[in-house]
Amino acid sequence: MPYQYIICDPDKCTGCQGCELACSVTKHGIFNPLLSRIRNVRIEPVVMLSVACKLCEDPPCVISCPRKALSQDVETGIILVDDDLCDGCGWCIEACDFGAILLNPDTKRVEICDLCVDKDEPECVKFCGKEALYLATPEVVAQRARRDVVTRLLQELLAS
Amino acid sequence: MFAYTGKILHVDLTNQTARIQRVDEDFLKKYVGGVSLAARLAYDNTPKGADPLGPENALCFATSAFGGTIVPVGNKYGVAAKSPLTGFLGDCLSTSYFAAVIKRAGYDGIVIKGKAEKPTYVFVDDDVVQFKDAAHLWGMETFQTEEAIRGEMGDEGVRSCTIGPAGEALVLFANITNDRGRQAGRCGLGAVMGSKLLKAIAVRGSKPVEVADAEALCAMSLELAQTAQGTKTEKYRTLGTPANVLTLNRMGVLPTRNFQEGVFEAAEKVSGEYMHEHYTDKAVACAGCPIACEQVVSVKDGVYKGARTSVDYESLFALGTSCGLDYFPGIIKAIELCDRLGMDTMSCGVTISWAMECFEKGILTKEDFDGLELYFGNHEAEAALVEKIAHREGIGDLLAEGVKRASEKVGQGSEHFAMHVKGLEFAGYDPRGCQTFALGAAVGTRGPCHNRSLAYEADTHGEVDRFSGGPEKGQIAKDKEEFAALLDTLMLCKFIRGCFKDLYEEAAQLYTLTTGIEMTAEELKEVAERCWNLKKAFNIREGWTKDDDWLPPRFLEDPIPAGTSKGYVVKPDDLRVMIDAYYEARGWTPEGLIPQEKLIALGLEDLAQEIGV
Repeated sequence: MPYQYIICDPDKCTGCQGCELACSVTKHGIFNPLLSRIRNVRIEPVVMLSVACKLCEDPPCVISCPRKALSQDVETGIILVDDDLCDGCGWCIEACDFGAILLNPDTKRVEICDLCVDKDEPECVKFCGKEALYLATPEVVAQRARRDVVTRLLQELLAS
Repeated sequence: MFAYTGKILHVDLTNQTARIQRVDEDFLKKYVGGVSLAARLAYDNTPKGADPLGPENALCFATSAFGGTIVPVGNKYGVAAKSPLTGFLGDCLSTSYFAAVIKRAGYDGIVIKGKAEKPTYVFVDDDVVQFKDAAHLWGMETFQTEEAIRGEMGDEGVRSCTIGPAGEALVLFANITNDRGRQAGRCGLGAVMGSKLLKAIAVRGSKPVEVADAEALCAMSLELAQTAQGTKTEKYRTLGTPANVLTLNRMGVLPTRNFQEGVFEAAEKVSGEYMHEHYTDKAVACAGCPIACEQVVSVKDGVYKGARTSVDYESLFALGTSCGLDYFPGIIKAIELCDRLGMDTMSCGVTISWAMECFEKGILTKEDFDGLELYFGNHEAEAALVEKIAHREGIGDLLAEGVKRASEKVGQGSEHFAMHVKGLEFAGYDPRGCQTFALGAAVGTRGPCHNRSLAYEADTHGEVDRFSGGPEKGQIAKDKEEFAALLDTLMLCKFIRGCFKDLYEEAAQLYTLTTGIEMTAEELKEVAERCWNLKKAFNIREGWTKDDDWLPPRFLEDPIPAGTSKGYVVKPDDLRVMIDAYYEARGWTPEGLIPQEKLIALGLEDLAQEIGV
């Protein structure tokens, strides 16, 4: 069963950063984008995207950890961090192609999106007013892309 | 105390020093934040009679309780100083990341005084303040400067407010820009920065913002954010403020060719609808905003191919219809130039439209304009003139002084159609067909500003007879001003105002959940009234008299020639009646001064001595 993870639709994302604030207050009770496990990238003036852990198969972060502090939950695919083993060395951060790992400067431990498994849905998704964020498997993402491209082709065909 | 930091950072550019002023809960509850707090800081730190472009003028930034939190549209900052354009208080606000980062760096406000020896930028890195050489940035455009600073810091989290060449050249309506295209636009605060040789303020903030009741605040914020996806903000989300063009045209109050007319024959071609169909790339949001009104547009072909900026109604009217432009790419180009060069599009556009009328009437000639044929609608001449103004080249040097000074210098009757009050160029609602706004524009503390007054709402929403000026409008204008002042103090964007059932009640709740400071709706009303009186007090100290509250002659003498507002003027007697009623509603004297008892009742005892009567 492929894992679900948080997807961001760049066409819908307006760069508001609401996801970052929702995440930091959910996980830490305070507002600070630097403590968010999802981060918004804004390349002015119109390119916007939020990025969180993609729950990779054979995750490079897990493989790279010299202290075996990271592991992948078989059921959900979430990357688990063992705070007793993690020493904040940051190799996993270097290994992640998506910049989806956060080193908490207070605890000196890394943090990775856990999809708010203890809640009904991820808080960032709940707070995304534009519905740019959603939870899906790679197959569903691909389905959406196929639907979009075929719809567009059909429109062009009908217009011509 | 939560959310606030209790610290104001004072930066002295002359001596390159910085210090912290501690402010307590009572002070913060009294002034709350934003424009109100910035105005208080300006009153306290700028001495009476200071030269607006001299080192004594204090440039005062203020964040708010909501900055850096999840409260929708709460990431704004206020900034105030003595305006070089009006000589009175110039209070502005702007939005986005820069506001939040000031808070996260640990400050409720920043006060900048003095003058640097050479071009400098200030880098506030949490608790550390550095004065950095800006020689390599001097001359750069606003967006470029921001990118350059981010590049040299190597950190995307560094946010800056900057000035462009116009601020450096002391164009009196130069603005302050942050986060690309967000501007503290009016009253020339960019020239204040330029006069201090201050190119930018860069801030990195890594501290968290902690609130009193995160769970309840998140729940209330989520509800508000969801309401903000509904009908109350639909206009802003779909077409943005350019939706106003056709509405105001139908009402016959769309300023056309320097307010000579209220109907533009080519309104369709410069409308929000037309823009959306041909030029809009995407609607984007300021940090913390669920609405996303900013319409990013670009020109795909023609002479202005590649021009790209954000378009709001006020820029569109000033550089568009008021200059008679019916070619949308030309308007986009002019707005983009103003944004890059760091000038207020409104003042610039209204000044250019005055110059165009001077050209058409033969008061100024092609030779005066360095060879430009400045007839209404000539977008190429307009674009060339925008650049001249920003660099004070040729005729640009005169126009960079704003329409009041330019018309006084040129004379020959051109004062009649110099569309300003107190030296600030007019906003995009013709007061002859919006007579509650006629009052709001006349009495506004910073000049004829729709955003500070909001009185136009009464006219455009059909709450009153918009063609007449009776004494009942005094109270209406006061109430609208206070509603606006509250939003500007809490630093909530006005575009969410329709999403509240009762702004005062709900804002008081949000405030208490955020700060832990008890606040009631009644107390917030007092905060708003105090804010307005404080701004007025600043002006009185600078020599304001009743004569400063009036309208340009055109609105009083020239009837609108066509359209649904045809034949109307603002009758001087009506205007006098409205102004008198307004002073009375405010509890001021018939001369528009503030009685000592009024100031004491508002908790402004220290001002009572200085300016009360």
